[in-house]
Amino acid sequence: MTMTENRHFAEDDLLLISGIQHYAFCPRQWGLIHIEQQWAENVLTFEGRQMHRRADDPYFSETRGDVLVSRAMPLVSYRLGLYGVADVVEFHAVIDPDEKNKVKLKGRRGWWIPYPVEYKRGNRKPDDCDEVQLCAQAMALEEMLNVRVEEGALFYGERERRVPVRFDSVLRERVHRLAEDMHRHFAGGRTAEAVYEPKCTRCSLEALCQPKSNSRSASRYLQNYLSDLSASSD
Amino acid sequence: MRKLLNTLYITAPDSYLARDGENVVVRKEDQIAFRIPIHNLESIIMFGYAGASPSFMHLCMERGVSVSFLQENGKYLGSVVGNVKGNVLLRRRQYRMADGPEAVTLASRFVFAKIANSRTVLRRALRDHEESIMSENVVRSSDFLKRYMRRVLASATLDDVRGVEGDAARRYFSSFNELILTDKEHFCMRGRNRRPPLDRVNAMLSFLYALLRTDVQSALETVGLDPAVGFLHRDRPGRQSLALDLMEELRGYMVDRLVLSLINRKQINPKDFLFKENGAVLLKPDLKKELIASWQKRKHEEIRHPFLKEKIALGLLPYAQALLLARYIRGDLDDYPPFLWK
Repeated sequence: MTMTENRHFAEDDLLLISGIQHYAFCPRQWGLIHIEQQWAENVLTFEGRQMHRRADDPYFSETRGDVLVSRAMPLVSYRLGLYGVADVVEFHAVIDPDEKNKVKLKGRRGWWIPYPVEYKRGNRKPDDCDEVQLCAQAMALEEMLNVRVEEGALFYGERERRVPVRFDSVLRERVHRLAEDMHRHFAGGRTAEAVYEPKCTRCSLEALCQPKSNSRSASRYLQNYLSDLSASSD
Repeated sequence: MRKLLNTLYITAPDSYLARDGENVVVRKEDQIAFRIPIHNLESIIMFGYAGASPSFMHLCMERGVSVSFLQENGKYLGSVVGNVKGNVLLRRRQYRMADGPEAVTLASRFVFAKIANSRTVLRRALRDHEESIMSENVVRSSDFLKRYMRRVLASATLDDVRGVEGDAARRYFSSFNELILTDKEHFCMRGRNRRPPLDRVNAMLSFLYALLRTDVQSALETVGLDPAVGFLHRDRPGRQSLALDLMEELRGYMVDRLVLSLINRKQINPKDFLFKENGAVLLKPDLKKELIASWQKRKHEEIRHPFLKEKIALGLLPYAQALLLARYIRGDLDDYPPFLWK
């Protein structure tokens, strides 16, 4: 158990839950979006928005067999200090009275198991930023419903594939640490420095971040201009 | 660097802009004159009184496309830009620097680059038109500007910086006439005047500076800086001082050159100007259209940015410099690298 599990954030200090995927991908990307409030729309984010539009109607819930599908569910975790909206939370009906991780739902009969599903454009990524975001949602659900959430799924638009994700202790510990780092960064008010890496080409904020120019010195640039000026005869 | 999107200029005062789904629709006399998807645009600039529907403005704000309103003569009235972008901590740092010793540093960088780029306008003309230019005067001015460049970096106060800037500007514009190689009878400049412009060259400069200014202002807003709080220009209600600061380094390269080449290539008809009884010079509507078209064309030319060392559309220069300025203010860069054209 870490320190964070006993910590309770004030409402005013909550950060966006969706930011944890940015932070897991790159702390600077998160800083540019959440501290600098910069957002560069490109084709990828545009497609992502279009896909989400369908999943985003909170006034629409449906039952498919024994699965209740709830869209755009507001979430909060005061332990992680995160809030936001889950694309989709499914509730799977349970018959087995011995099932441990089940809850009652307001206005519904029977017992249910919450199962968060996050929609992602494109394909599975080489890093764990999607898993981390989903796990943070699950942890918020746990706090709100007072139930253990063991599994959820990521739905990848490109191949229309559903990938189940287990919320094990390793993933949970990572979520805790990332949330803690985000809060430390946010309190400091400073965006992380740019480090150029191969993954920068996958980032919609590359043009804004200019990771390659970070190592460049502006005072040297001015000095060079001056020495060229002295060297020229005109 | 990000892609340069289009700026939509509305010059016909009887136009009306509306939204149709994801498109901007321009109507004239109840007919659809033009239609463009919003994602192709980065800003919309309206001259004179054109109408616009609230849902059109809603679309623009949602997509971060700024809508600027200018009077027919190019005087800026204001913009619709949606939520204030950027970080309040960044703006606070900007304000602190504006009141601190960094103000002199930044002001001297802007003016240094302004003089350097003005000087390059002169040097380029000397190089390209050696035989047709009365070079003595131009060479002398260039030497003066070189001295002013050193002097401005050694300035200890904002008043010193402003003093050098004024001297350099007078010196530069006193040679500007030499760079006009054709029809000197009609295109003749006697120093820089703007309220109102008193000759054709000044009228064109003023109009294009106004276009540059809206670009610089929206670039500053995009990166989260406050265009009203400057370093070189003093705060004054209604004045976008930082936009004026950042313009200094871009005027010569983006506007002065364009005006010179339009005149020297005989693309400007001297009859396209209106002379008022008191000497004020106005541009006729067709000439405005011509200037806007040339400006747009030039903005899509590619250049290599001297500090970023990458190819960008010339029209992104205001954005690139605003971004670098924000990075200096944030503390990411050890100095502000102004745009220096060689």
